[in-house]
Amino acid sequence: MSEATSATANPLPLRDRIKLPRQQMPEQEAHERASNFREVNLGFTAELARQEALRCLHCAKAACVQTCPVGVKVREFVELIVAGDFAGAAAKIREDNALPAITGRVCPQEDHCESGCVLRKKGDALGIGYLERFVADYEQRAGLRQKPSCPPTGKKVAIVGSGPAGLSAAGDLVMKGHTVRVFEALHEIGGVLVYGIPEFRLPKQIIREQIDYLRDMGVEFETDVVVGRTITIDELMEEEAYDAVFIATGAGLPQFMKIPGEHLNGVYSANEFLTRINLMHAYEFPKYDEPVFDVRGKEVAVIGGGNTALDAIRSALRLGARRAYLVYRRSEAEMPARAEEVKHARAEGIEFHLLTNPVEFLTDGNGWLRGMRCVRMELGDPDPSGRRRPVPIRGSDFELPVAVAVIAIGTTANPIVQSTTPGLDTDERGYIAADETTQRTSRRGVFAGGDIVTGSATVILAMSAGRRAAKSIHQFLSTGEW
Amino acid sequence: MFRILDARWLAPGIKLFVIRAPRIARKHQAGQFVIVRLYEQGERIPLTIENADAPKGTITIVVQSVGKTTQLMNSLEAGEGILDVVGPLGKPSIVEQVGTVVVIGGGVGTAMAYPTAVALKRAGNSVISILGARSKEFVILEREMREVSDAVFVTTDDGSYGEKGLVTDNLRRLIASGLRIDQVMAVGPIPMMKGVADLTREHRIPTVVSLNPIMIDGTGMCGGCRVLVGGESKFACVDGPEFDAHQVDFDILMRRNAMYRAAEQRSVEEFHEQGCPRISEPAGSTRPTCDEGANA
Repeated sequence: MSEATSATANPLPLRDRIKLPRQQMPEQEAHERASNFREVNLGFTAELARQEALRCLHCAKAACVQTCPVGVKVREFVELIVAGDFAGAAAKIREDNALPAITGRVCPQEDHCESGCVLRKKGDALGIGYLERFVADYEQRAGLRQKPSCPPTGKKVAIVGSGPAGLSAAGDLVMKGHTVRVFEALHEIGGVLVYGIPEFRLPKQIIREQIDYLRDMGVEFETDVVVGRTITIDELMEEEAYDAVFIATGAGLPQFMKIPGEHLNGVYSANEFLTRINLMHAYEFPKYDEPVFDVRGKEVAVIGGGNTALDAIRSALRLGARRAYLVYRRSEAEMPARAEEVKHARAEGIEFHLLTNPVEFLTDGNGWLRGMRCVRMELGDPDPSGRRRPVPIRGSDFELPVAVAVIAIGTTANPIVQSTTPGLDTDERGYIAADETTQRTSRRGVFAGGDIVTGSATVILAMSAGRRAAKSIHQFLSTGEW
Repeated sequence: MFRILDARWLAPGIKLFVIRAPRIARKHQAGQFVIVRLYEQGERIPLTIENADAPKGTITIVVQSVGKTTQLMNSLEAGEGILDVVGPLGKPSIVEQVGTVVVIGGGVGTAMAYPTAVALKRAGNSVISILGARSKEFVILEREMREVSDAVFVTTDDGSYGEKGLVTDNLRRLIASGLRIDQVMAVGPIPMMKGVADLTREHRIPTVVSLNPIMIDGTGMCGGCRVLVGGESKFACVDGPEFDAHQVDFDILMRRNAMYRAAEQRSVEEFHEQGCPRISEPAGSTRPTCDEGANA
């Protein structure tokens, strides 16, 4: 207990705080939510939030802050919750995080803030994500707003892409007094938050509110602009007089498996399946015009083990699939998905086919999918990612009858910006080469960050790249030095 | 909101729109397309850019009534607006001086072929155009194609105008005449493009087709528009829409384009029963009406 201090508003002695159980997130019943798209988690009440906040040991060396990619001052905002100052807590989070209602919902806290929590050694970590979400939702309900306090600098920054990296950078830059305009290729702001993450995990209304907040701060948005096609980076700088550009175009082209039958009707990329459902509201067809394969009463498989795979299979279940399979070639320990999503998916009745890999999509003879030929896998020696490499077991082939298969095995770099921006260096995989600290590219005044630099990662890692870029852009605009 | 400045019928069910879209107009090159979304509940569909006028900040697109969205689009008039227009998308046509090029437009495909014909002519090629349609009233852009072509042949399925038959009959005759054809460019219904590809493959004439698969974002993100070209998956929106006709698997394309037929049918039926869906738009803008109905 030596690393903790008790000089706080918290009335409980440390030994009592440890005894408090982690408060459970209220959620829709599994059997109920499995057939609707409403949010699974319902959020803490003020009382639950206070109860949970009381558990914080207020560590002197706050590992939760050090392990947060954007450095949210967890200890301080939790302390403000204990003191009942929810508005103060919101302002505290805003110092480091422009999208708290979003990260409070989709961040893999177990890999970041909660991983370092001392309480975890004794039992369950502090529910930092739940508390962040509570504070952010309180801020929204109370209509709290912060405005940039810096005088306008007269400098213009163009941000390409309105996903987490772009929005995070926009929030920081507008606070510094710069004019910020975000260009989005799709018709709705939010990037992967809108087309990728389903309503039941991150309601569109929440995203709209967070974006309205940025708009109120002065961030400008323009949809229907595919930078590289509608206008190039050079044109933005030369003709529209932007002093700096931040490229945050996100994850790119969906990868396919290169196995027979991938062109059969019923085989989707996760991006397409989720875009139809999330961005285009296919689950509300025919009220909305965009359809998606009618899976009611059918078997559906999603291939992959990440958050995208879980989002896709849980969406299929909600669309009425009779059976919903998650097919993953490694074991559960290697799944990159958030722990809470795995737990929720199991409770909803998703069937996990672990150590299983499809080798062929089978046709019904008329061009439609009728099943997958799969092979069982076993784990061999570690691969370059440090995870044990899955190896097919000879003679273990079997058929899994499915009407729809969704491939969620990752993406490759989208080439549109790179191929239309002379002098912009890329790495061997086609991602934009950018400095890890300054996010500077090979082009003066052009910065890049998020998935278009690193390949597929998480919302919070993209946001941290956005923050680093904003800091670096501000420095560039202030000094003019490159 | 993108304002419609002019709207007129080219043929039954085929309408031309001049739309204010300055950014797209500036950047458009032959072979590219736009994606439109008409209203909040609408789907995104790819549409041909027939022409662009950068100084005026306008693009011209041609739409054939097929499903609910295109029927609704074709009920719009000048002065009304379209919620989203994004582009220009896809790679521009590769335009080189090769000698003699035969440009084939089938039905509404002529609208996509036209700007490429213009560019090919401008690049110093001899351009021979073949326009195919069901019957006389469905022949579109004939005058425009004549202006940029050294010769124009028209074929109709029923013989009501030009020669009776298919564009491939005409192409076969051109080949048989001994004319040296250096390249063929074909845009139209999939069976037509397939027929052209089969014919020119025999005669080893390099041939380009512009494909029209189902598409959502148009920027490579969703992969819905994937087509099998030379045994490899290609995305029509970023790798195309133009491909080497001799490498394209047209059967898969045709099958994939039929994937949502039942849903499309349901949408069209409800559209006809219930009339126009409520189109929510920002205040001050007009709302499409159904006065014209669907002409298809």
